[in-house]
Amino acid sequence: MLLIQQSPRQPGHAPATTAAHTRIGHHAAMDSNGHGVDLRIEGVTKRYGATTALDSVELHIAAGELVALLGPSGSGKTTLLRVVAGLLQADGGRVRFGDTDATQLSLRDRNVGFVFQQYALFRHMTVAENIAFGLRSRPRRRRPDRATIRRRVDELLTLIQLQEHGSRYPEQLSGGQKQRVALARALAIDPTVLLLDEPFGALDAKVRVELRRWLRRLHDQTGQTTVFVTHDQDEALELADRVVVLRDGRIEQVGSPREIYAEPASAYVFDFIGRASVLEGRVADGRFQVDGQPAAFDAPGVADGSARLYLRPHDAVPAGAGDGLEACVAAVHHHAGRITVELALPGQPRHLELDLVGAPDTSTPEIGAPAGVRLLRYRVYPA
Amino acid sequence: MSELQSAPGVDTPPWLRRCLIGGAVLVMALLVVLPLLMVLLSAFGKGFATWWGALTTPDAISALKLTLLTAGIVIPVNAVFGVIAAWSLTRFEFRGKRAVLALVDLPFAVSPVVAGLCLVLLFGSQGWFADLLRAWDIRILFARPGIVLATLFITFPFVVRELVPLMQQQGSEEEVVARSLGAGAWTMFFRVTLPNIKWGLLYGVLLCGARAMGEFGAVSVVSGHIRGLTNTLPLHIEILYNEFDSTGAFAVSSLLAGLALMTLVLKFWLEARHGDALAQARRRH
Repeated sequence: MLLIQQSPRQPGHAPATTAAHTRIGHHAAMDSNGHGVDLRIEGVTKRYGATTALDSVELHIAAGELVALLGPSGSGKTTLLRVVAGLLQADGGRVRFGDTDATQLSLRDRNVGFVFQQYALFRHMTVAENIAFGLRSRPRRRRPDRATIRRRVDELLTLIQLQEHGSRYPEQLSGGQKQRVALARALAIDPTVLLLDEPFGALDAKVRVELRRWLRRLHDQTGQTTVFVTHDQDEALELADRVVVLRDGRIEQVGSPREIYAEPASAYVFDFIGRASVLEGRVADGRFQVDGQPAAFDAPGVADGSARLYLRPHDAVPAGAGDGLEACVAAVHHHAGRITVELALPGQPRHLELDLVGAPDTSTPEIGAPAGVRLLRYRVYPA
Repeated sequence: MSELQSAPGVDTPPWLRRCLIGGAVLVMALLVVLPLLMVLLSAFGKGFATWWGALTTPDAISALKLTLLTAGIVIPVNAVFGVIAAWSLTRFEFRGKRAVLALVDLPFAVSPVVAGLCLVLLFGSQGWFADLLRAWDIRILFARPGIVLATLFITFPFVVRELVPLMQQQGSEEEVVARSLGAGAWTMFFRVTLPNIKWGLLYGVLLCGARAMGEFGAVSVVSGHIRGLTNTLPLHIEILYNEFDSTGAFAVSSLLAGLALMTLVLKFWLEARHGDALAQARRRH
């Protein structure tokens, strides 16, 4: 790792606790493992006129964690990322990097590594110059010598597996390569946190998946605290240590990918992540009665009243007619490796989706045939 | 996108294409090339010695000096303020931005003579600042400062108009990244912004310079036509022509024409070497 001496504080300057004169230098940026600090977002609010983009958001990200901010457009995920970076000024709340209150610090003083969706590589500089930019832009006192910078750039080029591309220009690179260079450039300054704004949004589907896995390996290698924004739930679930699901400026749920998928805290999260089927009904005394059907299911802890039952396509299995829910086959969809059966249920406004393994010898259900559906797993939420 | 942009006119019948191209070339030849050719022929019509003689009269030399001095002041000033204006208009949000953008084109819309008259209104002996100028014993009109001011006004839009669309299309992301990586404001400007806009800036500066040297209308109003003192090359040509010294007039005109041709060649070279970079920057978004 690069050794850089933090400049001695000059006499007459305000003490370190005053945010106005603090700059998160190299040493402050390191925790005991040497890679990034923990990030605390405390009650952050951001308003645009009458719209509240962020509503008192509370979040704690541990050092070295890889966290995804997931949500649809308008959920506030990008706004939150930009407030953390210092690109936007919050209307309320605090942002802390480790022990430092960074709320009043400028973008430059926060020492964050920001990666845009469109890479924003310096088009007139080579790859090596791009990566070296942060170090070469330091004031003379804190700037490492040429040889050190050269070494650091070579280290990073090796890390991103582009050793031969150092003297190429951005326009000569593919999208995936450009994004790797953008990451290396951000890592070069030993940032407090790495902030990625929909980093794979501009890439082809296949490259996106490859780069996603590559980023995970990179993160495991560097241990850098990383926050990335995405609207792609596959990306969030595959990549992150923890996923933060946002909705209209508020956090709906924070948890590991498994928790978010298997134990969604609300109907919104259930519906947003993965595929979901919904049954309308009513809860009375802890039992969910399906509308228009004799079937009822346990719903412990759910208040009496209208409710909805959510399930995943693989949480239901076909049963004999008359067993479980009454349904009739409305459509059959063939995908690579699986068959999705769409079932119409009397008394229910929406169809239920059920997955069957798409082995060549699986028999295809007949359209219009009556069927029974047995539920293996489900969750009930108040409507 | 590029698939839809097939070569324009690909389905035009060949005869029509030839007519259109031929027509355009003919019009250009008559309106642009022919007059220029006539100037050059007339200039050297009476021999090289006469031509040189006309160019080296004291009045001609001082006119040349004044033209070059004016251009030498106006170009850097407009370059710097053009960049500042373009930066403010593309990187900041403020009320009345659209109005300012429209105002940038004002010198183009206004007749140069009117521009000159405005300066007379401000700085003339009956003007708004007349008392102030008298108190400080400053001459603006019928002196060099007036000429420089008039030329500044006329040539202001060139750099701004080149830079604003360029900077809008490039966006501020590279600059934001530079700041996030720890660059100070000046570092960001000189190492990121300036290299990105340099060809647009050079182009704007070139146009600004060409216009600065050739400006007639506004300068004519404020100059006072004092020989040897407040005459630029274009004004000097007018004087020679009015005195029926057509040889002299054409000789000095050939000098201006030569400067214009040099500008064209530079412009051509800029576009040839970096037009693709310019076009690429424009096409990126």
